[in-house]
Amino acid sequence: MTLTARDIAEITRLLEDSSFDELELEIDGLKIHLRRGGAPVSRNGAREGLTPLAAPQPAAPIAAKAGAGGSVRAAQPVDPALTEVRAPLLGTFYRAPKPGAPPFVDVGASVEPDTVIGIIEVMKLMNAVRAGTRGVVREIRARDGTLVEYGETLLLVDARESH
Amino acid sequence: MTIRRILVANRGEIAARIVRTCDKLGIETVLAASEADRDSLPARLATRTVCIGPAHPTASYLKPELQVQAALGTDCDAVHPGYGFLAERAVFARLCEQNGITFIGPTSEQLAIAGDKLAARAAAASVDVPVAPGGEAPSREVARELAARIGMPLLVKAAGGGGGRGMQRVERAEDLDAALDLAAAEAGAAFGDARVYLERFVARARHVEVQVLGDGAGNIVHLGERDCSVQRRYQKIIEETPAPGLAAGLRSRLHDAALRFAGRLRYRGAGTVEFLVDAHRDEFYFLEMNARIQVEHPITELVSGVDIVAAQIAIASGNGLRLVRGEAWRDGCAIECRINAEDPARDFAPSPGTVRSVRWPDGEGIRVDTHIESGARVPPFYDSLLGKIIAHGRDRAQALTRLRAAISVTRIDGIHTNLGLHAEILTDPEFNSGGVDTGYLERLLGKRPARAAVAHHG
Repeated sequence: MTLTARDIAEITRLLEDSSFDELELEIDGLKIHLRRGGAPVSRNGAREGLTPLAAPQPAAPIAAKAGAGGSVRAAQPVDPALTEVRAPLLGTFYRAPKPGAPPFVDVGASVEPDTVIGIIEVMKLMNAVRAGTRGVVREIRARDGTLVEYGETLLLVDARESH
Repeated sequence: MTIRRILVANRGEIAARIVRTCDKLGIETVLAASEADRDSLPARLATRTVCIGPAHPTASYLKPELQVQAALGTDCDAVHPGYGFLAERAVFARLCEQNGITFIGPTSEQLAIAGDKLAARAAAASVDVPVAPGGEAPSREVARELAARIGMPLLVKAAGGGGGRGMQRVERAEDLDAALDLAAAEAGAAFGDARVYLERFVARARHVEVQVLGDGAGNIVHLGERDCSVQRRYQKIIEETPAPGLAAGLRSRLHDAALRFAGRLRYRGAGTVEFLVDAHRDEFYFLEMNARIQVEHPITELVSGVDIVAAQIAIASGNGLRLVRGEAWRDGCAIECRINAEDPARDFAPSPGTVRSVRWPDGEGIRVDTHIESGARVPPFYDSLLGKIIAHGRDRAQALTRLRAAISVTRIDGIHTNLGLHAEILTDPEFNSGGVDTGYLERLLGKRPARAAVAHHG
């Protein structure tokens, strides 16, 4: 098995939420050493940022040979009753009009075909993404501030629950 | 600067070719693929694939901002543009430069000069590299005067063209005005630049080009020449190195001219300086510089022992030409056949579809660069190149023998290809004697109907 950048982020979060201070992981010759950053850690102390140590630069190695090429959306099956709202172009996906602002939509929100559900930025150019369908948002798949590919599923809408 | 992750902004055989060298160098690759290429061989070879847009290249491969965004979003520190698409677009190189991404190729200024065929002509002339008689034709009056001095036949060429595109051949003086109008209109539409110029048409010329590598600091080396005279409608079909039957003096003058031209630009990266050679008159003319890796680069690699993609990456990393100088110069001859998805029975119209099964050749001295496997789709949106079969031998005769055998065992089912044409050329006595001119293939094809008729009755 192999690690993606997303896996590393997930592992980092697991450590962050755990009661451990350090984690060492070796998979397929790739060694990751994670430690809570800052001064000597006190179990009871405030939680501080995590510093990945031995992860190769830049970021972490990306999807491995064996499973490479597989698209993001292929990895997660979709309930056939749900409608996928897909990225109309490649770029950085934002859920909110600006940092700190409430998201355009959240799980449970009702959307109309022309409801803006997010923004995709391509080289400083902001493109509004519309739902294109009517229903209730059941799941948000794309993470805020990350690269989405053309055609990648951003969120899932349940048309049966249309209000 | 160390390059750790490269965005491959291309598709097809060259994308697969770039990924292979990156693998060897321990560099990760992100393939920027259109929707039609998500399941292609390069997509499976690359460390990761991102889908940058729909199948049509104007909405995907030809969009500089999507490519740069994809590179930024996947933490790539460099972009390899391959050939075609954005490879020679100064605006793309500049966008990479502005966003802190290393463009594996020349500077945007060098691309602008090489891309402006009039500027390139002027640069050539300034370092005593001969150019064909001609010049800019800003008006009909200037053009007529110029044409009278050049003589007929001549070519009307687009300043923004190149690679055989945007050219009109004029046989008679009375056809000049019409050709000028047509060329200017086409050039404006195709290249966004309506400037045209005239150049003498050199009949019975050979197309010989010189592979150069520059470090961007004024050091230039050449890796010998390639003869690409077997062409159909200015598109190369077979290339070989060394150019057969060139006098030693002419050969080294070509090499020197290429070094002078690239030196004038303080060229950075891999490039090719193209010439028209009139072997009988012992003369040559500068044609243009291709500021990128060429389709036919493997023949140079087999004879020189230099991995040109690795050399490009080394230069882009700031390591200059050290790797190149360390390589041993191998010898011999290498010949390449471009295998295209096209239908010889329908005037070589593109033949897209699904490759039911394919068998590529192997064996001593044989190299195949391809992205096509059994079951591969050949989309109608892109060029028709399926792969390149390249043979290396200690001399031309051995390379030809190997190549003929390789072509004869190659099987591609499900789509039409030009394999039969290659088999025909490789056994043709004129090609075998070496040194054909650029009109050779059209003459060979012109003979075919008669021959077919004879065969039919016999």
